[in-house]
Amino acid sequence: MSIAIVVLIAVLFTSGTYLVLQGSLTRIILGVGMLANGVNVLILGISSRPGEAPIVGRDGEFSDPVPQALVLTAIVIGFGVVAFLLALAWRGWTIDGNDLVEADDEDRRVTAEKIDRDDAVFKGDWL
Amino acid sequence: MNLALALPIVAPLVGAAISMMIRHLMIQRIISFVAITTSFVSSLVIITTVVSDDDIVVSRLGGWPSQIAITLVADRLAAVMLLVSISVVGVVLVYSIGQQASDEHSPAYHPVYLVLAAGLAQAFLAGDLFNLFVAFELLLVSSYVLLTLEGTDKQIRSGVTYVVLNVLESTILLLGIGLVFAATGTINMAELPERLAALPDGVQMGLNMVLLVAFGIKSAVFPLYFWLPDSYPTAPSSMTAVFAGLLTKVGVYSIIRTETLLIPGGQSTLLLTVAGFTMIIGVLGAISHYNMKRILSFHTVSQIGYIILGVGIGTQLGFTATIFYLMLYIPVKTALFLIEGIIERETGSSAFDEIDGLAKRSGFLALLFLIPALSLAGLPPFSGFLAKLAVIRAGFEQDQYIIITVAIIGSFLTLVSMTKIWIGLFWGEVRPIPSDDRIGVMRHHKVMSAASIGLVGATLVLAGFAGPLYDFSFDAARQLLDSSLYINAVRGS
Repeated sequence: MSIAIVVLIAVLFTSGTYLVLQGSLTRIILGVGMLANGVNVLILGISSRPGEAPIVGRDGEFSDPVPQALVLTAIVIGFGVVAFLLALAWRGWTIDGNDLVEADDEDRRVTAEKIDRDDAVFKGDWL
Repeated sequence: MNLALALPIVAPLVGAAISMMIRHLMIQRIISFVAITTSFVSSLVIITTVVSDDDIVVSRLGGWPSQIAITLVADRLAAVMLLVSISVVGVVLVYSIGQQASDEHSPAYHPVYLVLAAGLAQAFLAGDLFNLFVAFELLLVSSYVLLTLEGTDKQIRSGVTYVVLNVLESTILLLGIGLVFAATGTINMAELPERLAALPDGVQMGLNMVLLVAFGIKSAVFPLYFWLPDSYPTAPSSMTAVFAGLLTKVGVYSIIRTETLLIPGGQSTLLLTVAGFTMIIGVLGAISHYNMKRILSFHTVSQIGYIILGVGIGTQLGFTATIFYLMLYIPVKTALFLIEGIIERETGSSAFDEIDGLAKRSGFLALLFLIPALSLAGLPPFSGFLAKLAVIRAGFEQDQYIIITVAIIGSFLTLVSMTKIWIGLFWGEVRPIPSDDRIGVMRHHKVMSAASIGLVGATLVLAGFAGPLYDFSFDAARQLLDSSLYINAVRGS
């Protein structure tokens, strides 16, 4: 496992965790996707002999098919779950007009203010 | 035997596929009924084989040798969990057909429910970790859909909490499985014990912790339980019944497998501490609420503590208590939620400040509630008392007096919270209910009542047969603690 893969996994986990802790459902979904992909890259990284196919070829060299199978299944499951979460987010949007996740009214107010502030900073209005 | 092991998984899946193509409600109901009955009959076949031959039944899918095959394994624990789960799924199916609001709402209800049943069967029969993971995902994604099917505002909001937390749990579980594979090179549960034992202690501990956290989130133990009381009360009552009665138990089952087969450890102070806190904090949460559904959700958390207590004690008596408790407790919990559903259907709410005097309006409902409520609180002669007695006995054998005191206090407080429901909902003067101003005798929907009576009757029957059931649990625990039985059965030697 090269150091690049390890750093990649770390970055994916970090940003995924940070995003999942946000208040906006869209960001949470992105975070969930990143975490899932982080784990997938981890499983891929632990498999042996990169660069080979998981098929016994003419020279008898092959890479381990089990982690590849695990990752494939995990990718598909993750894709399905993200699709469902997006549908939930859209439904929440049509009901509420926003995609905030907090159950508490006070929490919602604080999160909405934060999002407005973030938007203002992005547009350059607020220094 | 291969067929009998595969049917509980395949039959509901095939039924789900057919059900999704046909949108006619009556046909969907028939398909569901047929599929669940097939599963039920196969699980009966499995458990009779397991008990009469005193053997672990194994099926290697595809006929590959055991080290690389995907195996379905049924020992006593798996067989009994499978039987209890399929029965509860069947009863709740009848109940929700009676409730009509659930399955008339969307043609997706029956297919997704069948996928849930398939996932349950697969989780208990899985012979390797990744099959277990896939089963978890089947279960979880079906539960996401069923939780939010009606699409109301409350459901979406708490549905999101539920979904995100369980996706996190899946990610951690996948991480754990990936790490186990990296450390040992296999995910087959029969090959793992030897290879895991060969690893350094720190690595074993780390893997154990990752898996325990993942399964702990699923089982809603302290401190990983916060999602449960938040999301369960907003689902339709029949769904909450299935989730509380079965989904958390799959997590407990996985914890039992991890602690006995994969990384056996005997008595575990960590699990004992976790169990103690879960018991107390769950029931304290229950006492502080004024809504029956929320109280019952907190109870779910608290009762998990008792089950984990048996696992933490780690002796044969401890695991006997765990298995015995699981068998007796699942019907009780489900029955309570179904009764809550009846109350909600007739009166529109289950909050204490909106309803009063139900006992005067329906003596039948009061009695129906009283039996499982007292059972949950642990009063004799009901099944809950016997289950708690088994746990306490296991604790006394190991001189675990602190945790036993905690368990008894928790039981006491459970009784307090049940009394609270009783006084809040059933006692007092009749108040006009919110949905219409009826104060006359309640009319009950026949099918829903029949399903609930069936479950409550089952708890009484189980209490009556407690002796043989305890012996069965004792043998199951012996089988669990001797992992060589499992390994040899799978390897076919």
